[in-house]
Parts: sequence; structure tokens; C-alpha cells
Amino acid sequence: MNTAMANQTTRATCPYCGTGCGVLIETQATPQGRKIIHVRGDPDHPANFGRLCTKGSTLHLTASDTVTQQARLLQPMKRTQRGQDPQPMPWDAALDEAADRLADIVRRHGPQAVGFYGSGQLLTEDYYVLNKLVKGLLGTNNLDTNSRLCMSSAVAGYKATLGSDAPPTCYEDVDHARTLFITGSNTAWAHPILFRRIEDAKRARPEMKLIVVDPRRTETAEMADLHLAILPGTDVALYNGMLHILARDGLLDMAFVQRHTHGFEDLMALLHDFTPEAVARTCGIAQTDLATAARWFGDHTPTLSLYCQGLNQSSSGTDKNAALINLHLATGQIGQPGAGPFSLTGQPNAMGGREVGGMANLLSAHRDLGKPEDRAEVAAFWGLPEVPAQPGLTAVEMFEAAARGEIKALWIACTNPAQSLPDQATVRKALAMAEFVVVQEAFATTATCQHADLLLPASTWGEKDGTVTNSERRISRVRAAVAPAGEARHDWAIFTALGRRLEARLPERTAGYLPGTATLFPYTSPESIWNEHRDSTRGRDLDITGLSYALLDTAGPQQWPMPQGASQGTARLYTDGRFPTPDGRARFAALRCQPVHEPRDQRFPFSLNTGRLRDQWHGMSRTGTLGRLFGHVAEPTLDMHPADMARMGVQNGDLVQVQSRRGQLIAPVQADDGLAPMQTYMAMHWGQEALSGLDSHGRPVPGVNSLTDPTFCPKSKQPELKHAAVRIQPAALPWRLVGVASLPADQALAVREQLKPWMAAFAFASCVLFGREGEGDANAAAAQVGVLLRTGHSEAPGASAVRQIEDMLTMGGMGGTDVLRYDDPSRGQHRAMRLQRGSDGTRLRAFVLAGNIAAETWLRPLLQDALRVDALGHALLQPDREPQGGTKPRGKQVCTCFNVSETDIAGAMGACPMDADIGMRLALVQGALKCGTNCGSCLPAVRKLVQQPL
Amino acid sequence: MPQRKLVVIGNGMAGVRALEELFKLTPDLYDVTVFGAEPHPNYNRILLSPVLAGEQTLDDIILHPLQWYEDHGIKLHLDKHVVSVDRRLRRVVAKDGTEASYDRLLIATGSKPFILPVPGKALSGVITYRDIADTQHMIDAAKSHKHAVVIGGGLLGLEAANGLMLRGMDVTVVHIAAWLMERQLDGVAAQLLQRSLEARGLKFRIGAHTQALVGDADGGNGGHVQSIRFADGTELPADLVVMAAGVHPNTELAEKTGIHCKRGIVVTDTMQTVTDPRVYAVGECASHRGIAYGLVAPLFEQGKVVANHLAEVGIERYLGSQLSTKLKVTGIDLFSAGEFMGGEGCEDIVLSDPFGGIYKKLVLRGDKLVGACLYGDTVDGSHYFQLIREGHSVTDRRDRLMFGPACTAEVGQVLAQTQGGAP
Repeated sequence: MNTAMANQTTRATCPYCGTGCGVLIETQATPQGRKIIHVRGDPDHPANFGRLCTKGSTLHLTASDTVTQQARLLQPMKRTQRGQDPQPMPWDAALDEAADRLADIVRRHGPQAVGFYGSGQLLTEDYYVLNKLVKGLLGTNNLDTNSRLCMSSAVAGYKATLGSDAPPTCYEDVDHARTLFITGSNTAWAHPILFRRIEDAKRARPEMKLIVVDPRRTETAEMADLHLAILPGTDVALYNGMLHILARDGLLDMAFVQRHTHGFEDLMALLHDFTPEAVARTCGIAQTDLATAARWFGDHTPTLSLYCQGLNQSSSGTDKNAALINLHLATGQIGQPGAGPFSLTGQPNAMGGREVGGMANLLSAHRDLGKPEDRAEVAAFWGLPEVPAQPGLTAVEMFEAAARGEIKALWIACTNPAQSLPDQATVRKALAMAEFVVVQEAFATTATCQHADLLLPASTWGEKDGTVTNSERRISRVRAAVAPAGEARHDWAIFTALGRRLEARLPERTAGYLPGTATLFPYTSPESIWNEHRDSTRGRDLDITGLSYALLDTAGPQQWPMPQGASQGTARLYTDGRFPTPDGRARFAALRCQPVHEPRDQRFPFSLNTGRLRDQWHGMSRTGTLGRLFGHVAEPTLDMHPADMARMGVQNGDLVQVQSRRGQLIAPVQADDGLAPMQTYMAMHWGQEALSGLDSHGRPVPGVNSLTDPTFCPKSKQPELKHAAVRIQPAALPWRLVGVASLPADQALAVREQLKPWMAAFAFASCVLFGREGEGDANAAAAQVGVLLRTGHSEAPGASAVRQIEDMLTMGGMGGTDVLRYDDPSRGQHRAMRLQRGSDGTRLRAFVLAGNIAAETWLRPLLQDALRVDALGHALLQPDREPQGGTKPRGKQVCTCFNVSETDIAGAMGACPMDADIGMRLALVQGALKCGTNCGSCLPAVRKLVQQPL
Repeated sequence: MPQRKLVVIGNGMAGVRALEELFKLTPDLYDVTVFGAEPHPNYNRILLSPVLAGEQTLDDIILHPLQWYEDHGIKLHLDKHVVSVDRRLRRVVAKDGTEASYDRLLIATGSKPFILPVPGKALSGVITYRDIADTQHMIDAAKSHKHAVVIGGGLLGLEAANGLMLRGMDVTVVHIAAWLMERQLDGVAAQLLQRSLEARGLKFRIGAHTQALVGDADGGNGGHVQSIRFADGTELPADLVVMAAGVHPNTELAEKTGIHCKRGIVVTDTMQTVTDPRVYAVGECASHRGIAYGLVAPLFEQGKVVANHLAEVGIERYLGSQLSTKLKVTGIDLFSAGEFMGGEGCEDIVLSDPFGGIYKKLVLRGDKLVGACLYGDTVDGSHYFQLIREGHSVTDRRDRLMFGPACTAEVGQVLAQTQGGAP
């Protein structure tokens, strides 16, 4: 076959964070249709210029046949009884049933009894149809999305101060800023490609100051010239304190303040209380550091602030955003290159969702739900007499209402609330109480899918067609490289089909359509939807009437606004000092610092913070399909300061019970001296799919969000996911099990699914992947992928339970003869080893240790590094922690792209001359190992390692 | 002091071992007379199997050459079958009229093979497996006959079958129980054993009930055996049938003499018969605390005790033996000891390696090791046997027990090498 003819490249975007990197998807023609075989960064995309991070550069592996077959939802399914396995059904029947039941509920209980919960990962077109369906056809504003957990404080903060939900900045500002103020963002992990740009800027202009504000010493903070490890929730005090110092030292831009702002005097009056002494005490930082931060911010300009969930996920998130923007307004650091408050978006299209008004309190094209004239505009535009005025229920409110029985139908699209929402006990209750739960999803493996009455398979990355908007207001085209897997359909098409069916079933709604409106859903393509959306932006702050699909194809991604007649998008907003407020002036927000909603106290003495890992994304429905993305952080842990651990008498890997006022979980503890004492951290990714167990009520533990606080910011309704008060104590679970299995790539995910029900059989259970996938399906055989199950329990379960787990992980020995076993059932001690004997020796392919798991320390490297075990025989079954002679484990993986571990780097460091400086060491280490030379996501970690003494 | 007279009936391993022990304590106390029913000096009956298998010769297995008897002044009557004992006159009489009187009498008549009570059991070509004559018979039969059937899949039967197979015969083992060697192995180990023996060429009929042996004359009732018929109606060709379906204590003489027998000559802890304190019994014919042992180790222990009393030291008591078994089939390592089947109040620890053909089971009661069943790797058998006999608590080493005394260090070494040679 002529491969040049067969291979095609498609331009699209990465579906992970809000950086919005362009990707080139390479596909190959096969008899079964086109297959995605490779992905690389789009060199022409202004968000990344060809770069991709660990997650983006492995996207093609998540679209392989092996993942699709094992993890995707491939046909509509119906669960006739909850808790049972769902059964396939045809699309038409599924949509008819959905429409029948929704219409019935609307007729019986009114439209307010229906809630739609979407996602910042939907494309703008998907969002637009969903918004029109809910607000236009059904007549309720009960449409919210997971952007509520992500960006709504940023939205409210921008609107409260600048008058509009629009980041005024662009990525290029990084290249112009002289001070970068990163606050509440671990950019190095959460927005790696933007961080590469920051590193470049710092390298090119070492005089650029980098300030990082974060309670944790993250990899971002490691690179900072100044790290302010403030106490959780004291952000507003910090910003007010900085402003106090700037005002005292005459570093404000009073001309700008007087010409372009409003409310300065009120703010100044308030700042009297925020003396450096008081602020340093409140924030738990040194006064000198506070003063340095203020000076750099106001006197080493331009200053660009980058911020994310550290500000947003807070019970006073809007205030934190507004207080930060105060700083920019007071110093005039806005509307010019290298300056401004730049909110980093967490999701690929949270921005696009906000643009179409796809939230409970928003209307199309940044219109205001509270303004009758805005509502009238939207109604007229859609051909309706009116759109509902009453704000809808936001994410947390919607599920709380469902738990109370007020929401009867929940329609969940492209998100996993049973993983991601705080206070999972309430979420689970909501899913149980709702009469009708529909989950429209690409992956069959999410926790939410378990609760669905109806499962509708949606298309996903590589298959979808439409547009997204990234953090810097840049609209990019997403193009389909392959056909949707199985029977999956595009989200916009599902909403369109549902809308048409509902129109037929709700004549009382369609009767009110204005003349000329036959249907609200005339769409035949994403472009037809987008064109309607474009028309809705005319004259608005995000006017894109000058843009078209054709122009996006020829001129590439563009930043809004781009009104008719404009030749290109707009890099920066407010360059003329005029703001989209009635008087054209920005507003200062005079705000006091609100403490975290749940302060630490005697009963709950620790703070729990949650956030991202470098190589995982959200609930891991996609990243969690790849073993290699577990290389950086292999398993769920609760991270604690080593001194707290010492006081509690626990060591790395010991199980601790973590309890908040809402729930509890058990997890292994891990020392992190980047945390302050009494502060703990758990990655947000560890939902029930990866971290579970059985709670004291006999229910499965829903992961990290069993602990988190649903209390939300009253202005943005965004919950305080980043702080909960918890108590922590050693978990007395003497019986442990660890099962590690290298599995054929086409079975690893399936085995993980089989193991999931078993996770609730133990007080603690975690289940993750490991290994490295082969590149493309052709190399699936070369893959080393596996599953790692870890459990703990107060007593040994029955031997048969252990045996069933053994059989799943050892695959019954693939015929039974090559499994070594040791069983001491009366003591709950079981060990099983599956060996694979080949011409090049015998290798350990799977092992299960139950009871005493000490031998894991030497067995795991044998398995994961595929070392020969020929000579060991059944000594493999022996129980000791460290056999004499010891093993040399490879150590923690640093570079995911080239599979380089800490041990490898230490080895390469050994070859460096004693007088080598950091740059030379880095060059030598990278020359030898290539670590950090592909996506660069691990560069902060590599740099830290080469700085260690030789 | 006039020499006392000791008569030993039975020139086998138990009786002669008792004499050896006795001579260690007091070489001259007795004037010793030994009656042996076989025409051979004492030989190692256990090693008949290697002889049958062609791995050893008869000369190799002689334990005590005639010279030894001479050196110890023993009056040896070979090929003389004692037919009566007069306990009042303290005199034994052999079939040929040879007499000997005693002050102390030691009965060591061993055991007799169990003959299956089926039609055709007396046909020519149907033999048992007990002594040198039987062994020689089989060696000869293997030269001229093709189809051998061994009835009994115990230790002896399997060794016989293996020997016959090595001598070129087509051998089928017929076993009535659910698995081979059920008195020495659990089902798992027996499966491994059977698979291994099958791989060598042996055939098995497990759970088969023998209905009759069919001869080549008198409508099947006479002549030389030609087939074996099972209860399910099937038949197998057989021109040699070896009955190895167990033994029972040879108490014929003792019973005739009026000594109390109950599945063996009932003896006390001093190995004296309960009937007559001058009369002792050791070995397979003796029943101690209800057990008649069929293995060699208890015989030796009993011999030690009986010698102690005959020597008038009088301080040793026999309290019963822990048993251990090994199958003498080259290339098959098998070991069992103690309460290897476990059961009520017992806890099993099991290691299995089906690919490597290794299975190990340790049985604990409370904090003690009470049984072991090893297949494929019996290196640690004696270690476990010692632990079983000593009866000390093994709690502190329970988790390592399975891996023998020196495992940990070995693993470390091997790992170090493995790492060094890693790709």
C-alpha cells in the first residue's frame, strides 16, 4: 500500500486544558476505516507552536482500537433496573424513550424539574444547541456545566471589575512581562505548554521576576524568584496588603485610576487595616517577602498575573479574583503588552461555553439573564416569545435539589459528576433520587455511568467537528480525523435529535414559537450552528461577525472580538482604557478577606487541598486509559508534611483514614515537604474509579470528593474544592493486598473494569494502570501495560475472594500452569505469581500478595522492568521485604516521553565533571537520557534534580 | 554368668536391627538364634524396587552378610519357617523340626501382602511383591511377558510398576481409591505424581474395582493369567498381575501361640507383648497403641527400645513414630510426614508451582508443625520432619517455614545476579 496516499493529517486541538494547543492528527486508511496513528503539535498554532505536553502527545494512544474497544461507550444502553448491567438498544428507541420521559416529567412537574449538566469539554456548537434546547424549548435555566467548578469565579471577578467576562490578555504577554505574578496556579503541571513559554521567557530575559503564590511549594514555585506560601484562603489579604504597600510607596498609577476606574476611595479606606504586619501574619509569610512582591508588581512592570483554581475554587473566589484585578487597575497594569490579569482556563472550551451562555446564570453572547432587554433579544433571536428569567440551578445547587427530590430528571453530558463534584454523598443521593438519569458520554468507564438509566454514546477527540475557545479568547477549529467509534454520535446531533423529538411531544411549547420558526433545531452541521451563534454576538463584546469557518481554515485560529470588517482578531482588550461598563470605567472592589469556609479546628485539625497532577486530567476517563500517564504519579496518595507524619507515626505507604464533616476515605500517605505542616493534598483525579473502598455505611467510597466542601462562593456559586478541614489518623487495616499484572494491551482496561466491583469489598482499595503503550495498534504487542490493585482491610476476606482477584490479575494463569501460589488461608496470607517462560528467559508477568505485602518492594521492579526471574523459582513467593543483596528499583519516573527515572538521572549525573554548572549538567544529562527534550513537561523536575550536589 | 538365650523369629530389617542395637549395649548377654524364612541373610527390603528397576543388584542391598552373623556368634537358620512356639517350655520349632529354646523371644515376622479376594487370584502369573523371590519373578516375567497390571497405587505398587516399565513391560496401575498413594499424599500431590508417571509411560485406572483375573485355561478359571476384568465390565490384557494392594501384619504364628493380637501383635511401650513379658515383637507385625507401622523408620526406633530392654537397661519407652515417606522412583521427589492430610483443628499452608511440578503442603495444629506433604522439591523434607518430631512452636517462623531454612539469603544472591544481567 502506498502509505503516502493512505495517511492523512487533520488539524484539531487538544481536548485537555484551556491552553488550547493545536494538534496534527495523523490517520491511516484501514479496511475498517481511518485510524488515528499519531499526533503531534501544530507548529502553526499560536497557542503552542508545535509543542505538546505529556498528555497531549499521547492523545493518539487514547484513540487506539484497544482503548476504544475496552473503554468507550459504543452503543446506546438502557438499564432497566439500577445497579444492573445496562443492555444495548437502538438509537431511535433510546432517543424516543429519553424524549418521552423528559416530556412526561416536564408536563407533570414543570420544566424546573429537569436539570442538564454539561461540560467545558463540549464544543461551542454542542453547547449552543444544548443551551437553546434547555432555555429555549424547555423553558428552564437549569443548565449548568462543570465550568462551574472551574471558571465561574473568574467570570464573576471579571464582570464585577472590568464589566465583562473577558481575559484581556494573551499568551504573547508572557514574552513582554517583566514581572510574572502566578497566583493559585501550578502552571508547570496544569498548563505545561504555557509554562514552557514562561521558561523560555525567563531564559531569554533572566531579569524577569517570577512570583508564585501557592500554599504548596509546587514545581512552578520551585522556579520562582519569590515564593509566597500563604495560608489557604488568605489571597485577598495578600493582594490588599500588596496594594497597601504600593499606595504607601507611591507606586500606583493614579492617572489611570482617575481616568479609567471607579471606587478607588472606598478601597483605600479599607486598605488601612491591611498593614504589612497584619497581612504577613494573616498570610503566614515574611513582611520582607510581601514588600518584595509588592515592589516587583508595581515597580518592575509590565506585570502579568496568571491565576487559576487557587483563586476560583473558593467560597470567596469572586473576591479573590476581584482583589487581584484591583492590583492591576491601581497600577495601570492592564491593556498593554505584558500586563493584565490573565485567568487560565481549566478546560478546553469553558470559554466557548460561556460565550454561548451555556450556564445557569448566563445568556447567549455574554448577555445578562437578569436584564429584560437581554432576555428579549435572545428570545427574539431564537424566535420565541420569551426565555425564562429565573436563574437556573448551578452545579452544586442542581444536585442538592435532585437529592431533595426537586429535580426529577438529570441529563449529564460529557462530564463525570459522580467523580468531580464536592460532597459526593449528596451527589450519589441525587443520582439515586432522580427518576430519570441520562448520561451522554464517550467513555463507558466513568463512575457516573454506573448511575445512568440511559447511556448515550457520544463522539470524542479525533471524531468531533466544531470550534473551541482557549484561555486567550482564541477560537480554533476542531476537525474530525476519523468517524465516531461504534454507534457514537456528535453531542450537537444528539441534542438536535432530542430537541426535535421534544418539540413533537411538547406542542404547548412549540405553539408559542414566533411566526417563521418551524423548529429551534434546523441544524445539519456544526457550521450551521456556529453561524447562528456568530449572529448572536453581533454588537456584543465578543462580536465575531467578522469570522467564519472559512476564515478559520485560511487564516488560522483567531482571538475575539473580531467584528465584521476586522482583518484579524484582537490580541488585547482595554488598550484604550475603556471598559464595558455603563460609564466605561472599571470598578475597584473593596473587599475584606473571608476565611476559608471550614477553618481547621480541634476536631478537624488539617487542611485538605486538592488539585491537578502533571500527567492526568480531570476524572481520568481519557488519561486514565494509558499506563504511561501513571508513570509520573503511580497511585493515589494523601500528601502530608513529613513532620506531621512523624508525629502521627506513619511512613510513606502507610494507610491513613481521612475524614471530613461529609465523608471519609482511606489512602496511603506520602511525604511532601513542599506542603506546610498541617496542610495536606490529594490530587483531584482520584475518584471512585481509582480510589475507593467501603465506608462505614457500607457504601462505596466515591474518592477524593467524598471529603470536599460544597460550600460555594455566593457570587459565582463555585464550590470551595480547594479547602476542607479534615482529621487524619492511621488506618488500622493490617490485612493488605497488592496485585500487579502486566497484561495484553487489549485486556488491561477490561481487567481493570472487572476489578472495579471488588474495590468496594475492602475498606480501602485503589486501582490504577502502569506501563508503556506501544505506538499505535501495530505495536500493541510491544506494549507493557498493566493494572495495579491495592486494598486494605481490617481482617482477611475469604480465600475465595482473594482467589477470584488472583484469577483476574493472573488471567487464570492463561491456562493455569504457570502460576506459582502460596496460600496460608487461616492467616489470610496468599501470594500468586504468573510467570511467562520464553526463549529469552522467564519473566514475572503478574503477582498478587495478600496479607503481608512486604515483598512488593522487590517484586514490583522485577515485574515492571521485565527482569529475568529464571533463577528465583518459588523463592518469588517468599514474604520478606528486602531479600539480602537487594534490588535496584528504577525509582520514580520523571520523564514520561522517554521513560527516564530519578535513578537514571542520578546515574547520568555521575558522569558530569565536578565543576559542571547547572546548565552544563542539564545539557549532559539531557544528552545522555533525552529527558525533557520532547514535551518538556518534566523540565522543572529535571532541573531540580540536576541542581543536587554532584 | 550363664548366657541367656534369645531367639529371633524373622531375619528381616526389624529383627536384625534390634540385634544390632542390642550388641551395641551388650554384645555378650545373649546366646542368639535367628530363624529366617527366606534363604538370604538380612537385606534391605526397601531397596527391592531399585533392584527391580535395574538400578541396583541383589548383592548391593545385602545389609548383613553371613560373616556378620558369624562374627556375632549368631546361630542362623535360613530358609526355616517357624511353625510353633511353646511358651511354657520356652521353645520354638521350625517346619523342618529345628528347635531352639529361649529366655527371651523376639517376634519380627513382618507383614504379608494382602491378596485381593477375587476369582483368579491363584492363577499362574499372579504374584505379590514382598521379597527377593517376588522381585526375581518379576524380573524374569518382564523378559517373556508384555502386559503387566499392578493392583494398588501405593508406594509399593508404584515402585513395582515403575520397575516393570523400566524392564520393558506395558504397565497399568489399577487403584481403587480416589488418588494414588492416598495414605501418603493429598489429592493435589497425587495428581502431580500421576501426571509425572504418565509422562514416563505408566497407565492408570484410578477408582477401578477389580472383579476378576481371567486365565487362559478352564474357561478363564485356570492356567496363566491373560486379562483383568473390572466391575464396569471393561477388561485389560494382563500376563503378569502384581498384587500390591497393601499388607497386613503377619501374626499367624503369634496367634497360634496364644498371644493377644489385634491388627498386629499387641505390644506395650517396652515392645513386650501384653500376653507374655518374655515375648517381644517389633516391626510390621507389632501393633503399638493400635498402629502397625509399615515403614522403616519406626522399626528402627522400636528396635532401639526393644534392645534397651533386652539389655536390661530398661529405661527406654517407645511412644510411637512420626512417619515420613519417600517414593523410590528415580526423578520423582516426593515426601510426606505426619498428619499431611490436615483436617479438624489443622491449618494448611500450600505452595504450588504446577509448571515446575512442585507442590508443598505444611500442616499446622496450633503453633506446631504436624505434617508435611512435598512433591517435586523435597530438599526441606528432613527439616520439616525434624520440626514435626521436635514439636516446638513454629509461630515465629511460620511465614518463612515454607521456604526452608536458608531461603532468604539465596533469594538475595540470585536477585543480585538477576539485576546484574538485566537487559
